[in-house]
Order: sequence, then structure tokens, then C-alpha cells
Amino acid sequence: MLYKEAGQFITEYRLDKRFFRLKQERWAFAALLAFAYLVVPAIGNDYWFSAILIPVLVLSLAGLGLNLLTGYAGQLSLGSAAFMAVGAFATYNFHLRIEGLPLIASLILGGLTAGGVGLVFGLPSLRIKGFYLIVATLAAQFFVQWVFTTFSWFSNNSSSGVITAPPLQILGTDLSTPAGRYLLTLTVVVALGWLAKTIVSGELGRKWMAVRDMDTAAAVIGISVPKTKLLAFAISSFYLGIAGALWAFTYLGTVEPHGFDLSRSFQILFIIIIGGMGSILGNFLGAAFIVLFPILLSNLTTSLLAGAIDPGQLENFQKMIFGALIIFFLIKEPNGLAKVWQTVKQRLRVWPLRF
Amino acid sequence: MNFLSKHRWLWLALGLGVASLSTQVQAANEQYFPLQSYRIGPYAAGGSGFFGGFIDYLQYINAKEGGVNGVKLTWSECETEYVVEKGVECYERLKKGLNGAPAAATNPLSVGIAYATLERSTTDKLPLITINHGRTDSTDGSVFPYAFPLQLNPYSEVSAIVNYIAQQSGGLDKLKGKKIVTLYHGSPYGKETSPILELLAKKYGFDLTLLEMPHPGNEQQSQWLTIRRIKPDWVILRGWGVMNPVALKTAQKTGFPADHIIGNIWSNSEDDAAPAGNAAKGFISITTHPSGTSFPVLQGINQYVIKAGKGNLQDPKRFGNVYYNLGVVNGILNVEAVRVAQAKFGKRPLTGEEVRWGFENLKLDDARLKELGALGLVQPLKLSCADHEGGGAVRFQQWDGSKWKVISDWVQADRQLLRPIIEKSSHEYAKEKGITPRDCSKEVVAAN
Repeated sequence: MLYKEAGQFITEYRLDKRFFRLKQERWAFAALLAFAYLVVPAIGNDYWFSAILIPVLVLSLAGLGLNLLTGYAGQLSLGSAAFMAVGAFATYNFHLRIEGLPLIASLILGGLTAGGVGLVFGLPSLRIKGFYLIVATLAAQFFVQWVFTTFSWFSNNSSSGVITAPPLQILGTDLSTPAGRYLLTLTVVVALGWLAKTIVSGELGRKWMAVRDMDTAAAVIGISVPKTKLLAFAISSFYLGIAGALWAFTYLGTVEPHGFDLSRSFQILFIIIIGGMGSILGNFLGAAFIVLFPILLSNLTTSLLAGAIDPGQLENFQKMIFGALIIFFLIKEPNGLAKVWQTVKQRLRVWPLRF
Repeated sequence: MNFLSKHRWLWLALGLGVASLSTQVQAANEQYFPLQSYRIGPYAAGGSGFFGGFIDYLQYINAKEGGVNGVKLTWSECETEYVVEKGVECYERLKKGLNGAPAAATNPLSVGIAYATLERSTTDKLPLITINHGRTDSTDGSVFPYAFPLQLNPYSEVSAIVNYIAQQSGGLDKLKGKKIVTLYHGSPYGKETSPILELLAKKYGFDLTLLEMPHPGNEQQSQWLTIRRIKPDWVILRGWGVMNPVALKTAQKTGFPADHIIGNIWSNSEDDAAPAGNAAKGFISITTHPSGTSFPVLQGINQYVIKAGKGNLQDPKRFGNVYYNLGVVNGILNVEAVRVAQAKFGKRPLTGEEVRWGFENLKLDDARLKELGALGLVQPLKLSCADHEGGGAVRFQQWDGSKWKVISDWVQADRQLLRPIIEKSSHEYAKEKGITPRDCSKEVVAAN
């Protein structure tokens, strides 16, 4: 038995509502946070920050946004990237046009703008469901992209439509180094992750799940279905908006509207499918998988098979492996990586006995 | 034991994988070129041709001269698919050099990736070469010390095209009242020149219509119907990749003559014209470097690299085409920059900062080009601290159904007109980012 819950009794509601019920889990999480904040900035290099950690964190946040909507509230959406774009461009414009606005305030305003836009595009969800709703969110995807390419005001009349990051300064501290950008991203993601966990384990989260599982039944027990759905759209878009702003400013440092195209929406959808619907941890696992795995494959194939196969073929070959692995994986574990993690924990609890 | 044998293959694969990641052979006296190449995706034709030519030139220098002054050239590739995030990942992966050989410069051949790695390049002190493309205001080296839009920046490009149209019409004053449509790729690259075209339209009084073509450009019916309604005198095709042949075919379908379509610098290759078949006959485009294999440098590559079976191109027929030759030109400019820098810093592998000095002091006149066997392939070029472009001239070529024929002499862009616009934009950037521009008059003294 690597860890056990024997002897840990819950005697109050307050304790029952904690994020982690077992003290081992709390310790592990505290250790993880300490590692992420203290050890990683000390040992990480530019490559790890800029090419791996920051994109994983930002995509996790985007996955979280979509998961709140799809995994918890049961509303399908293919417009995730559009709301990311709104967040990025709104943050940029708030920062550019309001003199002296702190970066965090621009970020929050950007997120709120995305939330507002999400609310508008969530209105059709009051009348239509499932696949039909996808079409409405797809409209958001195309409409938002069209707006940003057509009206150059949003990119401060930049001739090429590209926006560049504002100076990343918080309370006078310059965060534009790779480690600084990582810490900024990490802090935002940890704060919003905590908020998401609070929401889904609270009243609103329960309402979302009730609507997801059967909206008629939810209405019968007194839940206002329209309000619940619209809140899901608004909060999900807020998360996606923040993720979009981080994607543009802490990850790439620049972005064009086409950086948030339909394939980005699909990417986020894959993250929550692979990571696990209706789970917070799943987003992080899914994002890590979708970022790291292709890089690992590319490193392996280029070092092992270089010269043997044409480089272009090699890249296609990687895509085939990646696709096949996803299919294999989803057949073996349809509930995603979050479920795998639960299974592992369960096994560790009874180790070395098998059952 | 049972477990081990059951998973033997897995362990073997893992072991190999780990071993392959950790093999580091210390190599001295090598100069490294990180290649953010792309050989798949909608722009594969451009990527495989350009990087093929670039690699072949590096191989040629190694085979013929044993490197630059004894410093061997080495490189490795990382596939970007022209996707910005992958380009950034590749940049970060490769920028540190290879087995101890320092990186000389990055050459992404993608505006999006160049934008995303611009600030990183400055921080890492690694030159970012955007030959014939890139951010126009990076021509001003006092604000962008590490970015080099060599030969031709986008503003010079359209200015030269407008000058050519004026030549064809009988003078700049004849442009008044002419109708010009620009069909551009809906990306940062495609949009970059729109304000300059608007400025030129105002200055010379021609009628300008800008039409956007969303990426990648497989379906252009509605745009060409609009063009037919406008009945323009000229169409400037600012395309990229698969968009170009589709444009030519759709033009033919809607009845617009190909010899009044002028392709820009990324619509000028055999891979753009040939797939359109008959529809491309008569199509005009600009080029900074003629295609063809008659130049001595290409003959040398043929002898030392291709005949030795080491050529990088999969399809040998593409040897000497526009993309391939651009790769060779790019190779010449990179290698010459290393050579210039070695003359100052010593015959050893150089840091990115030193290679940058080489680029800023690059000077290719006809005599040097002749020595390189590239006279007529590369335009005479002189770079400086203030001017990271150096050239600004193009020639025009026409597709005769099977190959390009050069139909004009060098047509120069109106660089005096463009310079203040470039400086205004670069100074705005400097202000936004809190950069103090270098004083280039001091740099010249230091160099001498």
C-alpha cells in the first residue's frame, strides 16, 4: 500500500468540500506547486519555457474553458478559438487605448469581453441542442475571424493585421524573460484552475451537471435552464478569452487572426476528449499529451530515422502514428487520461495486491 | 524476467530513444545553420525547393572548399509545416547550436514565424534572415539590429511592380485613371503591402481595388467574378502556394488574360505556373533571381553535390527552378556573411552576434559575384547598419508554357519614397517597445 485513506475521517461539511480529501493528495499538490514555482524557474531553460511549459499551460486553460461548457454543462461548441481571439484582441486594445492600465486589468477586461461575446453566441443554445448548436458556435468561429481581418482598427491599423505583445510588466517587474512569462502564465492558470474547481464543486457546477444530464429534469426541480446555460457560455468564454490573450502575449508574443482558426478549436476539443470530459485535471493531461507527444515523436524519428526516409515523409509518418495512437487510446480508455490517472491511484491504493 | 521478455521491444525502443536523445559528439570547428524547414502542407513546394537549394549550396561549399576557410558548415532540419507554433518550437530547439557548433542565423522563410521569433532573435543575438519577405520596417537596422529582409522587402516589391506598369503604359503620368486590382493572400504576408499600394494609388492617381483571398486559396470564383466586373488593366497577384495556380486557372475561366496578371515574388516559380497548364501561358511575374542552371555556381553544385548523389531534391527536374535558386542565393548570402565576419573575427566558428556584423558589412559587387559564379543570379548588394535590405530591384519574367523567360532589365523600387515610411513605422515600433535606436553613423566608424 503506497498510500491509504484509513484513519482520515471527515467530520464536518467544510472538510468534505475540500478539493483534496486525502492528506497525501494535499501534500502532493503542495509539492507540485512548490516545484512549479521554485524549482522549475531555477532549472528550466528557454526551450522548456517557451516551447513546452507555456503552451501546455495555456492550452490547459483553454481546455478548461471548453470543458466547463462541454464537459460540465453539456453544450457542444466548435467556437473555442473565436473566443480566444476575442480575448487576445480585446486585451491588446484595452492595453493600447487606456493609458496606464495595468496588464492584469487589461487581461481581465479582455476575458470579460470574451465572456460577453460568448454570452451572445450562447443565446441559440436556449432553443437548439447538440449538433445543431455546433453550427451556431461555428458561426462565431467564422464571424470573429472575419471581423478581425476586415476591420484593421482592432489591430491598431497594423498593415499586416498582426498584433504584438504589450510590455509584460506587473507592479514594475519586467516579466518578458522566458521564466517571467512562464511564472505569469502559471499564476493565471493556477488562479483560474482554483476558481474552476470552486465553481464546479459548488451550486453552479451542480446545476450545470443537472442540465447536462437531462435539462427537462433540471427544469422540473427548479433550475433556471436558460440562465444556467448562458452562464456556462459566459464563464467558458471568459476562460477561453484569457487563454487567448496568454497565447498571444506570453507564448508567441504576436498573433494574427488566423492564429485562432477552426483547427485551433478542434485542437482544444481534442484536448478535452483525450484528457477527459468533465474533469479539471484532464485538461492539463490532455494539453500536455497534445503538445509533448508530437515533439517526442519528431525528436525520435528525426534522430532514429534521419537519412533513411525523406524528411517530408517522416513528418507525415508522425501524423499517422499520432492519429493511430489517439484512436487506440480512445478505444482502450474512452474516458480519457483523467480516468487513467484515477485507475492508477486506485491501483496504488491497493498495491501490491491486485484488487 | 517474464516481464522483461514480455516487454522487450518496448524497452529496446525506449532505450534507443533515450540513447538517441543523449548522443552528443563534441564537434569543433563547425558552423551550424538551424533550418526551420517545411516539406509538407500547402506550401511544401516552396519549402522543399528553397531548403533544397540552401542545403545543396552548403554541401557544395563543404565539398569544394572544405567549408568556409576550413570551418565546416553543418545543419539540421526541423519541420514547421509553415505553422507559427511549430516554427517557434523549432527555433527554441535549434538555436543553441548542434554538438558544440554555434548557430549562424535562422532562415524561416515564413512571415508568421519571422514575426514570432523577431524579439527572440534580438534577445538571443541571432540574425533572422527573411530574404525577399519579412517585416518591411526591419529594413531599418538601427531599430531591428538582428532582422535582415535581404534583397527585397515587400514595399520595394510593390513599388517596383507599379514602376513596371508605368513603363508599360509609357510613363508614370500615364498611370492616372488606370485600374489595378490586387488579389492578396489573407495573411500577414499578403496584407503587408496594402497601405503602400494605397499610397501609390493616391500619388499616381490610379484606381486600386484590394481583394482578399482567405488561406489557402483553393476556391476563388467570387473574387474573379468581382475582377471581371471591375475590368482592370492589371491584376497584381500577391499569392502563395496553392493559391497561385488556382488564380491562373480561375482567371482563364472568367476570361481575364494571363499576360495582364503580374505575380509577386512568391507567385513567381515554376511550381506556381506549371500546375495551371495552358492557363498560365503569358503570365508575368517578378523575380530577384532568374531560374536556370547555366550559372557557374549551379554547374558547380551539379558537379560536386548532385552527381555525387547527395542532392537534397527529391525530384531532380526541379534543379535550377525559382525556389531552388532562391535557396542557392540565400546560401550564398549566408555563407558570404560568415566569410566577411571571419575576416574580422578570425577563421573559427562564429557566434550569431559576429555573423550579424558580417551581414551588416556584406558587399557583393559584380567582381565578387563573378568569383562566386553567381553574376546575373544575385543582384549587386550592399548592406549597412541603416539598410538591411541592400538591393530593391527586380526583373520581370514571362511564362511561355514550359519555362520562364526574362523580359525586362532590373526595375528599381522608389526607395527614396519608401524610406521615410519605413522609418516612421520602425520608430513607432521602437517607441512601443522602449527601444533606443542605434546611432548608425557611429557604427560605420567602428567598422573601419
